[in-house]
Amino acid sequence: MDTVIDIQELTKSYHDTRAVDRLSLQIKRGEIFGLLGPNGAGKSTTILMLLGLSEPDSGSISVLGINPTREPIPVKRRVGYLPDDVGFYEDRTGLENLMLTARLNRIPDNQARERALELLEQVGLTHAAHKKTGAYSRGMRQRLGLADVLMKSPEIIILDEPTLGIDPTGMEELLRLIRKLSREQGLTVLLSSHQLHQVQQICDRVGLFVRGRLLAEGDVGSLSRTLFADDPIMITAELDELVPELRDAIGSIPGVHQIEVPPAKSGPAESNDTLTRDLPIKVLIRADRDCSPEIARTVVNAGVRLFSLNRQQHGLDEIYHRYFAGGEEHGRTNDAKHTG
Amino acid sequence: MAERTTPSIPAKLAGVGRRLQALFESREKGPAKPTRAPGETAVEKSSHPSMPSAFGVLVRKEIADHIRSWRFILLLGIIALTCVASLYTAMNSIREALGSENGVHDFVILKLFTISDGTLPTFIGFVGFLGPLLGIGMGFDAINSERNKGTLSRIMAQPIHRDDLLNAKFAASLIVISFMFITLGLLTMALGTLIIGIPPTLEEFLRIISFLVVTICYVGFWLNLSITFSVRFRQPATSALSSIAVWLFFSFFFDMILQLLSRGLAPSTASATVQDVMSYQNLMLWLGRLSPYTLFNEATTTLLMPSIRNLGPLTQEQVYGAIASPLPFGQSLLLVWPQIIGLAAATLICFAISYVLFLRQEIRGRS
Repeated sequence: MDTVIDIQELTKSYHDTRAVDRLSLQIKRGEIFGLLGPNGAGKSTTILMLLGLSEPDSGSISVLGINPTREPIPVKRRVGYLPDDVGFYEDRTGLENLMLTARLNRIPDNQARERALELLEQVGLTHAAHKKTGAYSRGMRQRLGLADVLMKSPEIIILDEPTLGIDPTGMEELLRLIRKLSREQGLTVLLSSHQLHQVQQICDRVGLFVRGRLLAEGDVGSLSRTLFADDPIMITAELDELVPELRDAIGSIPGVHQIEVPPAKSGPAESNDTLTRDLPIKVLIRADRDCSPEIARTVVNAGVRLFSLNRQQHGLDEIYHRYFAGGEEHGRTNDAKHTG
Repeated sequence: MAERTTPSIPAKLAGVGRRLQALFESREKGPAKPTRAPGETAVEKSSHPSMPSAFGVLVRKEIADHIRSWRFILLLGIIALTCVASLYTAMNSIREALGSENGVHDFVILKLFTISDGTLPTFIGFVGFLGPLLGIGMGFDAINSERNKGTLSRIMAQPIHRDDLLNAKFAASLIVISFMFITLGLLTMALGTLIIGIPPTLEEFLRIISFLVVTICYVGFWLNLSITFSVRFRQPATSALSSIAVWLFFSFFFDMILQLLSRGLAPSTASATVQDVMSYQNLMLWLGRLSPYTLFNEATTTLLMPSIRNLGPLTQEQVYGAIASPLPFGQSLLLVWPQIIGLAAATLICFAISYVLFLRQEIRGRS
């Protein structure tokens, strides 16, 4: 597997803000790479520089061995790009729009027509081929955009926020389509998104991109390992009561360093209710290592009923909340935490 | 920003549509293009020799868009109506003009364009006034509507040079405008010939054709001005208003400002020498020529009225001995050559500004 996109120490500033800060990234042939980050993280800027539509301040880019800043045309001939919120000429039909793209790519008309119809079928738009794109829905536009990108038979496709503004079913369909096309044709896909949950399902690798910097890359598992290496493991236990003796017993298990009972969410009127009082208490235990078996044994030995014991994996939710939610502001506080 | 490696403006402008393809390619292959990426055009040409260039494709698309659009039909309607109206008023007064000049029937067809019975402006008056509107109407949303519709970044992601789009926009609009004016001019001439019954002479024909070329240059200036604004401003409404503001300024306010200036600068009648008066007159003339409207008026009236022998002040001795006969076509053309060059230069300056602005702009999605 050879590297098709190679970015080294890429930096780009707008006025005094750094949009992309010393980014280094390699993408291999045939893989689906998700560039994930909140709005304004510099994803689109990076993509524009990959296509030579924007000039980097420093650093080097190589796409298929070509420098897109110096030679954008050969790069654009082999790389398809679906912009964020793609638009079409609204008084032309879907097919006509695809034909225009084909002509700009110097594909002869008869070949282009065949290919356009084939692609429209693949993206499920055969019925709308002769409809004006002004009447297309957002999801249809994105699918037509995908067909448009594939018209030139690219080696790499770059999709900027392809799932933005589509309903969940449409999004899943589109992502499945992207994965299928990538697998069938050996396409390299680079897609950017802030919708971590949906997009990671189809990505081979993801890169977390916040405030112009790539915080981590890899598959989701290794990502959480690198991101949460220093963090304690969280174990949630549901008990019918937490007597002080039990609390001490759990606390004496090696590795456990904090036990916490989160306050009940219900109001005072409800907690007086006899029914809710019988509900189990949630106990939050933080530990350095995975000590759930010991906790279970301790609880059972103490004669307390154990309803559930759950070791919390640092999943996408955590990643999301830590890095994405709150956008830029969150990123800044986290930066401070990491450097301090 | 990244695609500054493009050939020069004249080299790009040379390829107008498919028919000029051959010329375009020969230019590209010529020594004038060392800046293009090496090997790239060679690959294009050899793989599909019969395919039009990206520029040709875009020009065709733009022309199709213009012709299908309601805006074009409306503008065409307005221009056609005014031409019919001015032809009608010219017809009314041409009998008097012919009758009074005791049998001198020189340049009858040209009179169709320049006389009126006073109820409506003349043909050239109308064109001078409405031509800018046409140019502005064709160009004010050239780039920013593409940006707002999200098509700009999609087109830019295709293997084309960045300036191809801008050149195509300009060339397509200019082609459409040229066809429109040439058709209207020839139609007017033909109708006039039919109604009056006197065929145009070769000189009249040449004069009318050169009048049409000047008109196209003039409308091209306004077209380019509005394209420049469409590159600069994100909202089509803003760019339309800015273009119209410039148009109104030159149509109405420029003259007023000139009058104010002339009052301030005028030499006192008591002490002024001939030299003073002459230099004052010349200064005012040159100030007036800063306006494209003045340039257009001087150029067209001279071309269509052969009796106009000069455009500046003349002394008594210069006039002495001159025969009051119409100028030949070549001399009229020589007289207005600076005006024509001025109009073309203004057009090119606007185009250069929009070119530089566009190449330096970042292509993003709708934002």
